[in-house]
Amino acid sequence: MLTLYTRRRIVNITGLLVSMLAMAFGLFWLCWILFTLLSHGLTALTPAVFSQMTPPPGSTGGLLNAIAGTLMMSLLGTLIGTPIGILAGTYLAEFGQRGWLAPVTRFINDILLSAPSIVIGLFVYEVYVIRVGHFSGWAGALALAIIVIPIVIRTTENMLRLIPNTLREAASALGAPQWKIVSFVTLRAARAGIITGVMLAIARISGETAPLLFTALNNQFWSADMNSPLANLPVVIFQFAMSPYEDWQHLAWAGALLITISVLTLNILARILFRQSATTH
Amino acid sequence: MNAETVNTPKVIVRDLNFYYGNYRALQDINLDIAEKMVTAFIGPSGCGKSTLLRTFNRMYQLYPKQKATGQIMLDGRNVLDPKQDLNMLRAKIGMVFQKPTPFPMSIYDNIAFGVKLYESLSRYEMDERVEWALKKAALWGEVSDKLKQSGTSLSGGQQQRLCIARAIAVKPQVLLLDEPTSALDPISTAHIEKLIDELKKEFTIVIVTHNMQQAARVSDYTAYMYLGDLIEFGDTSTVFTNPKRKETEDYITGRFG
Repeated sequence: MLTLYTRRRIVNITGLLVSMLAMAFGLFWLCWILFTLLSHGLTALTPAVFSQMTPPPGSTGGLLNAIAGTLMMSLLGTLIGTPIGILAGTYLAEFGQRGWLAPVTRFINDILLSAPSIVIGLFVYEVYVIRVGHFSGWAGALALAIIVIPIVIRTTENMLRLIPNTLREAASALGAPQWKIVSFVTLRAARAGIITGVMLAIARISGETAPLLFTALNNQFWSADMNSPLANLPVVIFQFAMSPYEDWQHLAWAGALLITISVLTLNILARILFRQSATTH
Repeated sequence: MNAETVNTPKVIVRDLNFYYGNYRALQDINLDIAEKMVTAFIGPSGCGKSTLLRTFNRMYQLYPKQKATGQIMLDGRNVLDPKQDLNMLRAKIGMVFQKPTPFPMSIYDNIAFGVKLYESLSRYEMDERVEWALKKAALWGEVSDKLKQSGTSLSGGQQQRLCIARAIAVKPQVLLLDEPTSALDPISTAHIEKLIDELKKEFTIVIVTHNMQQAARVSDYTAYMYLGDLIEFGDTSTVFTNPKRKETEDYITGRFG
């Protein structure tokens, strides 16, 4: 007959073991992906990747036009999506206590947050690309902005809700009107968390392929014209990786490595920023 | 119960009832707050002492479903009158909370924030006002060389004095203190209690406290509350040494609560 204490220890050790195994299983695939990416990508990552355009099959080239296109569309998508997201998130957290508008908005935003990105691509294709008659960088940026908005709304609302109510009461007790409390006290207190959310949104859109397939498409040549089809890393990776040409496949690996590194960097920066602000408050 | 009166009342509370939804948290409160004196509200948790304090500046209005009826007269006007301008009311009645609540901005801006709501001062006048408030709150000596630092970088006791400075910078007439020392260590508490003694020369002070010794030390009048009723009100020495009601005596002697 086992004593209660021994039995508890056995349960504890078994539980620990099972969860460590689960963790190892998850980490194994992640490490494998990173290893494959690094072993294929690092050799392909030559200076030419950053200085030359995407080549026709059989000749050498780089990814410069795709890198530039991705940067332009991500930047624009973030610039469009962030203010809308922050304002809407602020409304939900600070002004929407009464009435039906806020709960409905929150519900729809949750749907948008988990909507497959290909649906968003198709939507922009239908309402913008078809009407204008051609693929364009604008359409790509618009699709990316639609992905940014719900992420920023959600993080803004969550971060504002973390601000203790006593801070709002303190500002209100001084006689400050609500718009002043929100813009000078609570938004400021939640600033680091909101910036973190924006960075995570950028990380998310910089790797999106599906919405760009229907909007920006691709462009084999250098272009900074937002009104024409625009090259971008995800779609280039998609096309080059599927191709039978070895040069293209190498470039696809280099592009995949670039995206992964920038997403990783953004994530790490977001974490550092959030942790710093957590210690000062 | 008969109205509890004092000689020079600053705030006069009559037939005050307070509701959280359908729950009645204060029942027919009648009480006077003496001008430039310290009035303490004591009682066990949930007795309604903080609720009563929060009706004075209508803090409860931030929350739907909370409402107050009756009269709270300040300078001949009913605070609870819906026509009463909330911002002007709060310029007259400052408040300090249980936990220090410095705003996420510099020490200087923390104090200037409230002042800017009501007055447009020149840079020089604002500097003077900030210094005046910090001196009144006995914090100037500790922060005069770091006014640009974040208010959140101060210690808990300093943060609470910053909040007091922020409240008095607006030059209110009444200062509401909601358990201002319950989150502080004994040394900071002593600082604040000494400060209260200084501040009552200029401000009418109402303090809610869990600590009966504190009430006895700092206040001139004491109100004992229980389950939303005002059980006993009078000058502090009488309430503590010779209470009229059995319930009050039980509470302050520690037999209950």
